[in-house]
Amino acid sequence: MSNPILKVENLHVNFNTYAGTVKAIRDVSFDLNEGETLAIVGESGSGKSVTTKTLMGLNAKNASIPDNSRLLFKDKNLLALTEEEWQHVRGNEIAMIFQDPMTSLDPTMKIGHQIAEPLVKHRGISEKEALARALELMKGVGIPDAEEHINDYPHQWSGGMRQRAVIAIALAADPEILIADEPTTALDVTIQAQILNLMKKLQKESNSSIIFITHDLGVVAGMADRVAVMYAGKIVEYGTVDEIFFNPQHPYTWGLLNSMPTTDTEEGSLQAIPGTPPDLLEPPLGDAFAPRNVYALAIDSREEPPFFKVSDTHYAATWLLDERAPKVTPPKQILTRWAHWQELQGQEA
Amino acid sequence: MTEETPKKLVELKDLQLYFNKGKSNEVRAIDHVSFDIYEGEVFGLVGESGSGKTTIGRTILKLYEPTDGTITFDGKDVTKLKGKQLSEFRKNSQMIFQDPQASLNGRMKVRDIIAEGIDVNHLAKSNDERNNRVQELLDLVGLNKDHSSRYPHEFSGGQRQRIGIARALAVDPKFIIADEPISALDVSIQAQVVNLMKELQKKHSLTYLFIAHDLSMVKYISDRIGVMHWGKLLEIGTADAVYNHPLHPYTKSLLSAIPVPDPEVESNRQHIDYDSSIETDGKERTMLEVNPGHFVLATEEEAAAYKLEQQ
Repeated sequence: MSNPILKVENLHVNFNTYAGTVKAIRDVSFDLNEGETLAIVGESGSGKSVTTKTLMGLNAKNASIPDNSRLLFKDKNLLALTEEEWQHVRGNEIAMIFQDPMTSLDPTMKIGHQIAEPLVKHRGISEKEALARALELMKGVGIPDAEEHINDYPHQWSGGMRQRAVIAIALAADPEILIADEPTTALDVTIQAQILNLMKKLQKESNSSIIFITHDLGVVAGMADRVAVMYAGKIVEYGTVDEIFFNPQHPYTWGLLNSMPTTDTEEGSLQAIPGTPPDLLEPPLGDAFAPRNVYALAIDSREEPPFFKVSDTHYAATWLLDERAPKVTPPKQILTRWAHWQELQGQEA
Repeated sequence: MTEETPKKLVELKDLQLYFNKGKSNEVRAIDHVSFDIYEGEVFGLVGESGSGKTTIGRTILKLYEPTDGTITFDGKDVTKLKGKQLSEFRKNSQMIFQDPQASLNGRMKVRDIIAEGIDVNHLAKSNDERNNRVQELLDLVGLNKDHSSRYPHEFSGGQRQRIGIARALAVDPKFIIADEPISALDVSIQAQVVNLMKELQKKHSLTYLFIAHDLSMVKYISDRIGVMHWGKLLEIGTADAVYNHPLHPYTKSLLSAIPVPDPEVESNRQHIDYDSSIETDGKERTMLEVNPGHFVLATEEEAAAYKLEQQ
């Protein structure tokens, strides 16, 4: 499984605005392996959506990407593609499921045609054949009585059904990479559960790789094989889903895990991360999380932490992992997670 | 909630609100709903979009005229309030809205947004008193006093929601309806706002109606919870009872859909499907008390079955 289909190397994305240059992505590198689901978590402004838009070649005109950034997909650098070449990749080899099915479907086009469109474009098959395939796709994503509804317009459908249509469009050309940007955020929990189950099932069938963008750690826990946590345009920690949930090392990851209540969270134990994320017009020197971090060290405000290795698959960018750093005791809930990690390790050994 | 019989602050009795009543496109947004909110408690209302939870909140505040049924606030029938009593009611019950971007006037300074209720109700005798009050409120919600001369667009989402909270508190209300107050905010900020709301509730002995679709957050903040679906209230009980011992099949299905931030739990989680025929079979159902304080919309036989299940 550890065969990377996509390699992101030293990605920087800057946006030139009237106010100055916004450094939205500041040196991001990661791999996506074949058949795996990589979740990217973080709050708004952390750069997770810009990362995926870059992977789709959909950035706004004022975006600039320095030459040393590389997006290697099957040994070709996507950043060097012309717009025409991009059109062969987009929706074909890499497809995207957008957040809001109301705004990502064309309200004036029949749903069947919207699903057939990528097939006509990328496979060069006739409209009729494409529509037949669209019908199969509609059945595949669980749309009941698909024959009757192939000529419906989006407004005739509920939110959950529309999101199924969006998924069918993304799957139409049998992409190798599927990028899902908050695909269930606009949906109710019961519908969310259905859509997530559907995505898992479809991934098993097609063995495609998924990049799953979300801020909901509950969804991450259920969907991801590996997790990357982003903050202020950087990845601050990445590892397998178990490593991130049971052995988190970065104080920001601790904060994220503690600020989401579960139905077991006791009164008074919800811990908010103080402050707000930094302005990326002028990213702070050193560790961008330091001003909100109660565990910050003096060096955090001067020098950016490199990635420290926790295991072969788990890395975190925090000075706390440096051997010279003082030992800190993380919050109680994190200690409980760590204790569970020890148990898990014990079982394996 | 304490054991001594607490005072009922808000009482809904058999409340109905039908849109397009009598026409073919009639919508029963609120369908025979009754519940009480006690003084000093946080009552959470959960349900999917379209379940009628927001409509209930708005109807309590007299933003909609109910089709039938009564709403009592502090012993008075809300629908019959007039003149002085009405303005007193409007002062006592405030709302915190979902989208702090859309609910703050972008052309007003923060000071004037917060003080608008103070002005309308003539609560400040002088300009100094008004400004002092605004500063107290800003301080209370964790903003600086120099924020008062700024405009809403200069703030982040979390800060804007703090302004919305300060505005609601400006007139010393007893009762606050918070309609999805955190769903437009980032995860790391949600906890800040919820903790602030909880702290203020204790400090000012406020009563909240907390409406949200984020079930974990509702559980965290609420004393009691009502579950709504298709305009009906299906279940009501303490937060622990509803979450740990749900009775109605819909509640069970809803709870089973909540993703848990724990990969081990997630790998075993089974979503329970909900068979909605239980709501459409035409049988007469009423709110029955299965366990003390824990009610469910059911027939006598169903209630007996639910009770058996619990043992």
